[in-house]
Amino acid sequence: MEYMKPEEIIELFKEKFNESITNSRIEIKTAGSKKNSYSLIWLEIELKVFKEAVKLLCTIQFPHFAIISDNDTGEEVKLTYHFSLYYGERFKEISLNITTNLPKNNLKMPTITDLIPGAQTSEREMKEMMGITFENLPDLPNVFLPIDFSKDVFPFRKDEKGVYPLSKNGKHIGGNIIDNEEEVKKVE
Amino acid sequence: MNKKTYSIPIGPVHPSLEEPMTFNFEIYGERIEKVYLAPGDNHRGIEFMGRQRNPIQIIYLAERICGICSASHPFAFCQAVENAAGIEVPERGQYIRVIIAELERIHSHILWAGIAGHELGFDSVLYISWRAREEVLDLLEYLTGNRINYGVFMIGGVRRDISEEQIPRIRKTLEYYKDVYGKIEDIFLKDPTIALRTKNVGVLTKEDALRLCAVGPTTRASGIKKDVRQDQPYSAYADLEVKAITPDVFSGEINGDVYDRIIVRLLELVQSIQIIEQCLENMPSGEIVAEKKLVKLLNQLKKAKGEGIGRHEAPRGEVFHYVKLAEAEVPEIWKARAPTYNNLMPWAPMLLGEQIADIPIVVASTDPCIACMDRVTILNKANGRKDVLTKKDLHELSVQKTRRITP
Repeated sequence: MEYMKPEEIIELFKEKFNESITNSRIEIKTAGSKKNSYSLIWLEIELKVFKEAVKLLCTIQFPHFAIISDNDTGEEVKLTYHFSLYYGERFKEISLNITTNLPKNNLKMPTITDLIPGAQTSEREMKEMMGITFENLPDLPNVFLPIDFSKDVFPFRKDEKGVYPLSKNGKHIGGNIIDNEEEVKKVE
Repeated sequence: MNKKTYSIPIGPVHPSLEEPMTFNFEIYGERIEKVYLAPGDNHRGIEFMGRQRNPIQIIYLAERICGICSASHPFAFCQAVENAAGIEVPERGQYIRVIIAELERIHSHILWAGIAGHELGFDSVLYISWRAREEVLDLLEYLTGNRINYGVFMIGGVRRDISEEQIPRIRKTLEYYKDVYGKIEDIFLKDPTIALRTKNVGVLTKEDALRLCAVGPTTRASGIKKDVRQDQPYSAYADLEVKAITPDVFSGEINGDVYDRIIVRLLELVQSIQIIEQCLENMPSGEIVAEKKLVKLLNQLKKAKGEGIGRHEAPRGEVFHYVKLAEAEVPEIWKARAPTYNNLMPWAPMLLGEQIADIPIVVASTDPCIACMDRVTILNKANGRKDVLTKKDLHELSVQKTRRITP
């Protein structure tokens, strides 16, 4: 089969989405004593074209989906979808990581389970742990949290909806639960 | 005619496997009509804990995500941190990592073989295979000091070297497995009873395996040649010949059933032996770790900024770790994904249409790191009566089926 080079893949995305690709880079890693190499692609794209980008990805080859990783940066939630393309031949696999930013006041994401059904578990995890609403994802019970877990607490969030209170600069205060403001001040 | 189904929840606790998990089945007669999965009973918030610890402390946490994969998680995690911080692992360190990871695969696959035998009611297989597994556990203890949780991995390399004097002991173990392999293959692949219970049972088609993103032997048994060691060779795997094993190598056909998963795992035993032999032959000399002084390493990591992923082909499939360092004591993000996470959804197509007595072997066939089947409550919707099936009862059903269909 035809294998596209990492540069060509980025070019393909840029051609279709132009300015919506806000950041892109290729990482080349070597391993072993023969120093053979493989590549990773990191893309940052705008939310409005995210679904289209996954659709485009599916036209290259049906991608393997690993997981969604989350990052609460305060103002925004960064979601990184980790995919890999091309399997079956040595050194041909390319890891593709697509990041998109969601504003805190509107945590809505299109589901990709219609394209990649295997992403369901991960989307449900993000729903429970980060409080992200996935449009058109069937409303299924919790996967990882207990069924009766509070609907207002999202363990991976680093703001007031997280498990622990935060310091003024938006950082976690250790692993201890601190309930009143005075003690928060003391720690700071 | 009124088609009445019954719902059967299975789980969440099972004493012989590591993690609890609940399955809810809709049963029509003996046949499974619908499957609902409800994991999460053992969610320990490890990622959350990790986000409050420094990267070196996380290695030990990662090692304890799973007792069987206790080399796989630190392997992937260390790679992720090294990629994020730009640390190069010395070549000798890379080879030692691979040797430990492959020894782990040998013990994990034999452990699984024993469980599969037990689930079918073939307990002598359990005893024979677990006896064989002791040899590799002894070797791991000899090399690392521990039977599990080896404590070998460190960011930038490994903590313990393999000395010249230790190599004959490794070779002795490999010879032992070459001897014993014939016996294991004979029991599993030539025994008519095992074939009867596992052929055309729990089928996962190639298409479903792709769509549901299955990993490891589960996806390879369905004919997808996917193996991180082959597709994106990392560490010393980049020097070694590793090919993804599909069942057609042995039987000439791919069915994606439980039997094919047995074939893949058994052939991977041989592959692991060959990989370790290649490593021993080509092992370079030199340092085993990039930075010996931990305080210095921690300082370096504290100043590092960047993100990285680490992937490793664990016995059950791809382990995936993502780390983001942001010039702080603790990583900004640590995300860990075990193979069973991806192999969760493929259970549904495997179990649909099978019988209750097949549940144990089909569930066990993906080699889940999750446990279940301790007790089953059969709820009769018509009269609201609850019957509790214990793990023993369910096992008994499976054993009875083996007896019933054996000529």
